[in-house]
Amino acid sequence: MTRQQTLFDKIWESHTILEQPDGDTLLYVDRLLTQENSFHAFDNLRRDGHKVRNPGQVFNFSDHYVATRQDGAKPDPAIAKMVEIIRADAEQYGTRLFGPDDPDRGILHVVGPEQGITQPGLIIAGADSHTSTHGALGAFGFGVGSSETAHIMATQSIWRKRPKTMRITIDGKLGYGVSAKDIILAIIGKIGAGGAVGHVIEYAGSTIADMTVEQRMTVCNMSIEAGARAGLVSPDAKTIDYVKGRPYAPSAESLDKAVAFWLALATDDGATFDRDITLDAASVVPMASWGNSPEDVSPIDGTVPDPASETSDFRRKKMERALDYMGLKAGMKLTDIPIDQVFIGSCTNGRIEDLRAAADVVRGRTIKIPGMVVPGSRNVKRQAEAEGLDQVFIQAGLEWHDAGCSMCVAINGDNVAKGKRCASTSNRNFEGRQGRGSRTHLVSPMMAAAAAITGHLTDVRELGEEGRS
Amino acid sequence: MKPVTKVSERAVAIDQINVNTDQIFPARFLKNPRSVGYEQFLFHDLRYDESGAKREQFPLNKEAYSDAAIIVSDQNFGCGSSREGAVYALVDAGFRCLIAPSFGDIFAANCVKNGLLTVVLPADVCAELRQQITDSNGAPISVDLPAQTVEAPSGEKHHFDIDPFAKECLTKGLDEIGLTLTHADKIDGFEENWRAKTPWLEANV
Repeated sequence: MTRQQTLFDKIWESHTILEQPDGDTLLYVDRLLTQENSFHAFDNLRRDGHKVRNPGQVFNFSDHYVATRQDGAKPDPAIAKMVEIIRADAEQYGTRLFGPDDPDRGILHVVGPEQGITQPGLIIAGADSHTSTHGALGAFGFGVGSSETAHIMATQSIWRKRPKTMRITIDGKLGYGVSAKDIILAIIGKIGAGGAVGHVIEYAGSTIADMTVEQRMTVCNMSIEAGARAGLVSPDAKTIDYVKGRPYAPSAESLDKAVAFWLALATDDGATFDRDITLDAASVVPMASWGNSPEDVSPIDGTVPDPASETSDFRRKKMERALDYMGLKAGMKLTDIPIDQVFIGSCTNGRIEDLRAAADVVRGRTIKIPGMVVPGSRNVKRQAEAEGLDQVFIQAGLEWHDAGCSMCVAINGDNVAKGKRCASTSNRNFEGRQGRGSRTHLVSPMMAAAAAITGHLTDVRELGEEGRS
Repeated sequence: MKPVTKVSERAVAIDQINVNTDQIFPARFLKNPRSVGYEQFLFHDLRYDESGAKREQFPLNKEAYSDAAIIVSDQNFGCGSSREGAVYALVDAGFRCLIAPSFGDIFAANCVKNGLLTVVLPADVCAELRQQITDSNGAPISVDLPAQTVEAPSGEKHHFDIDPFAKECLTKGLDEIGLTLTHADKIDGFEENWRAKTPWLEANV
């Protein structure tokens, strides 16, 4: 009888070019995704005279620096230059660019799956830590720095030691107002920002099976925030339906062959993991972060924790520092935290389903604080406009932007001012992440929309029909 | 890349968990070419206040640590974004070795490529090292990569494990692309088989 294998085992073994006696493994990389900050990698290639081995397997994206404002304002020349550099690099090496004028451009982790560049069973490396997103389709996706980006371009391979595996099983039905974002925030709150270091996580259980592929992407996206190398979901019928018919996906006679291959990748019954963790979905309520690490989260009906109740000196100091930076008092209700602005978008929550969820909350209401909605790609933008979601946001008073990373990484000119507090659907609440001195509260799209309506962190489940016109 | 063998240098303690790459290298400086010298951006917002004045309490700003080449920190150092600029900034500022109970995965991989040694030691050993550094205002630590040992200011020696390939690259200062290309025939062979097995993959690229 053959050994039962996990999805990860199957991908790892099928991509092993060679393995050294000490376990270092040269893995074949199917797809490489780059963005504007990859200019160091292209500089390395030029410096050392290397070619791009397979230009057709490299995809470049203008997303981090690209302007998303639609008011015609000219971006800072230094920012515009970054968008120009990747265009020139992509062109020189004959690789596909989703550039500023491309009708299909957007955030690399939104466009990859959307175009069918992401497929089950592939190894996908990306010049961005949230490449873990692609695991939702059963691909082993991980982030790399500039040197490894250059290495992959030159050799189509990467050296890795085999990571450990962790299974997080989530069972049960999500309650009203509870989303995939709340599930992953609850997991990170439980295991910590370093809780999965050295591991690849596979998400399993009935909650994951019930989730749409887009919801799974939100969960896998933030695996990196738990320290994991990657997040994965075994391919199923939903995965196949999602991939079929996309521009880079197989069609006609090759599709049947691909589908059989994809379905065989799923983790075998009885396969074992190095660690197993479980979560009851029914116990999860909408979440919000109060500190400067994604592990600093609490249920929205809770309070800001009190450092005095923390027994470890070290953790107490960390908590005190976070509350000081965030301008919060221990014991205050999370729903009493006033918010200055909201950001709905990013590779975590900039997909069409995220925008629909946010639009459902703001529909027929007026916002109290400013905010921007930034679709994850131009395809998402077009779809949202076809469904009239843009008008829902605009009528409520929110700004409607073009696609990009925008205020998540805050380097394209969109940012949060010093001391201002933003309810954000993005993935990081680090000090200064959304601009120097900015204060970020991580929430789901529904929760960000609810905060926009009330001007403070709000339990979306309690918003009711109040304020709807 | 400069080879790393023995590093016997002054050390500085950064007494925080989850030090992230945004802190090490704020995103707004990413648009600068490396040639400007990335050391000026290292821990920028922790080192300088809004007016550009030095924050005296931040360890790297203290006179005793001005020439430190080793950092001892706590778990999950270098978590967050994949930006290699964080590593460039550390290297450009003269750091040769980082010691912590664990590192962000992408960050640790980036360090190896740039000749920056990451040493994993147990949390209690790291805490003890930080204490000794602080008590002595930056006493040197000796890290011997070939022997895989760290000698604390107290004289106590600690063994550390390191991936043999990373050790080889670091001690020889190897160009990894060149090294991998010596296996070009194996990559070619793999690719041919893989394409035969997954013919739909290359049809559209």
